[in-house]
Amino acid sequence: MNLKRINLTPYLLLLPSLIFLAFFFAWPMIQAFTLAFQSGDGQWTLAHVQRMVQDVAFDDALRTTLILIVAILPLQFILALIMALLVQARLRGAGLFLYVFAIPLGISDLAAGIIWFSIFTERGYLTSILHSLGLIDKPFIFLNYQTPGWLYLAVVLAEVWRATAIIMVILVAGLQSIPRDYLEAAEVFGAGLFDKVRRVILPLLRPSLQVALILRTILAFQVFAVVLALAGRGMSVLASEAYRWYNSYRNPNVAAAYAALIMFLSIITTVLYLRALYTREEAMKL
Amino acid sequence: MKRINLAPGASRALVYLLATLMALWVLFPIYLVGVAAFSPRQVIYEWPKAIVPRTWSLETMLFFLNSHGVLASTRNSVLVALITLAISLVLGAPAGYALARFPFRGRDTFRILVLSTRAFPIVILSIPLAVSFIQWGMYDSLLSVALMHTALALPFTILVTSSVFAGVPYDLEEAAMTLGCNRLQAFLRVALPLTLPGLAAAAIFTFVLSWNEVFAAVILTLRNRTLPAQVLTVLNESPIPFRFAGGFFMLAPALVFIFIIRRYLFNLWGRVVK
Repeated sequence: MNLKRINLTPYLLLLPSLIFLAFFFAWPMIQAFTLAFQSGDGQWTLAHVQRMVQDVAFDDALRTTLILIVAILPLQFILALIMALLVQARLRGAGLFLYVFAIPLGISDLAAGIIWFSIFTERGYLTSILHSLGLIDKPFIFLNYQTPGWLYLAVVLAEVWRATAIIMVILVAGLQSIPRDYLEAAEVFGAGLFDKVRRVILPLLRPSLQVALILRTILAFQVFAVVLALAGRGMSVLASEAYRWYNSYRNPNVAAAYAALIMFLSIITTVLYLRALYTREEAMKL
Repeated sequence: MKRINLAPGASRALVYLLATLMALWVLFPIYLVGVAAFSPRQVIYEWPKAIVPRTWSLETMLFFLNSHGVLASTRNSVLVALITLAISLVLGAPAGYALARFPFRGRDTFRILVLSTRAFPIVILSIPLAVSFIQWGMYDSLLSVALMHTALALPFTILVTSSVFAGVPYDLEEAAMTLGCNRLQAFLRVALPLTLPGLAAAAIFTFVLSWNEVFAAVILTLRNRTLPAQVLTVLNESPIPFRFAGGFFMLAPALVFIFIIRRYLFNLWGRVVK
């Protein structure tokens, strides 16, 4: 047997996906920047970015996207943690609960937006329930750009409803890797439920929480169809502006500037998260 | 599977209550849109709406299915999803196998490279891709949407198939090879049958991913819309029954697919994390 020979098999197996990712991942990423920062004759320019920033919808879109992230993520993590603990809590029918909690994982943002539209629309289920409770006597318009508070509430609920499942699954996988001994030890020392969660489960769950946080934040920067389904044009976010510039204004350059902005924000957030959690871990080792 | 004893004794009842409430939080909105989708037209316009339906009807659903472009875009969606899962598996499974079976130089680099694609908003890349597809004369084709969806799914497929293959002991393949199989035969006859359920779950998840994706689909198509792209473009001008039936029609596969792959969810997502 010739040990010196490098085994080429694994490289040949990787090659097709590497080529594909180069073509359809790396290349369009570079293209996004050239579209956003070059004029038609190949000169570098900030004209498209200026046009994006000066557009009347820009400030709103950026602010709305950030507000949604700040409002949605904490709720999702609390809910996902409760669901994950319930799935792991030795319940009868735990498999059924897991299935039900995971259903939204397979539901699109568009369908989720429509589901919550059926609840929040003027003559929808929420006004009907409020009516049967005697709280209102005629239909009420929640989804109106003049009442942004209600619009935000509807979008936040729809996003929390839809995208909590993925965090839950990641957290359950994390919980499964926590050794039983740790929890039993905590019980021996008289730890109650909240102490167990706070002092044993959450610290050990940190890697899973970190991954879920990064994944969810990046997805939240791209929030799109939920907003369109619930608010129509009454609310704009970064991705819906990118879509509008591409589709309605036929301007791929400004659309690409939005894409580049979303990419930039995603990368910055990832780096910040990683650094915050990395330094803490380093500090713990010292 | 390790379980955590949340609370012993009497408070178990509270735990069941909480779990039931959480289940209702997920199921009740689906139930409501389902009721709307199978109510006759004039009931949908009634107010206040009944939470428990008095009449069932296929009228609304048929109205949606017979609306312009819906059947054609449904067919397109199925085709795009099938092409996506075929390309992702053909490209991704070998890479996953290599990651699981070979200790080679650059393995960790490749794994990190694949993982780091998650730090990018891949869907947004459809805008520059659309410009490229126009230049290449591929714009508004099902293949171009499928290629975009593959870019979305491939990193996931590689990591998942690698964890699926890693779950089958290599000893079995080695044993087959000492009995006279070559490497390919050992893979096809021993490893593949054992990993088939896991691979099928990965394939189903890829299908769902593509079936649900709307941003790239609406950017990359004009006439050959996928179902979500078609629904999205007419949504704000379409009547309420169309929206409710469309919403339910698009979510219905999730109820079945998630049920089929529920046991594999942690293999699909949990192991991807590491």
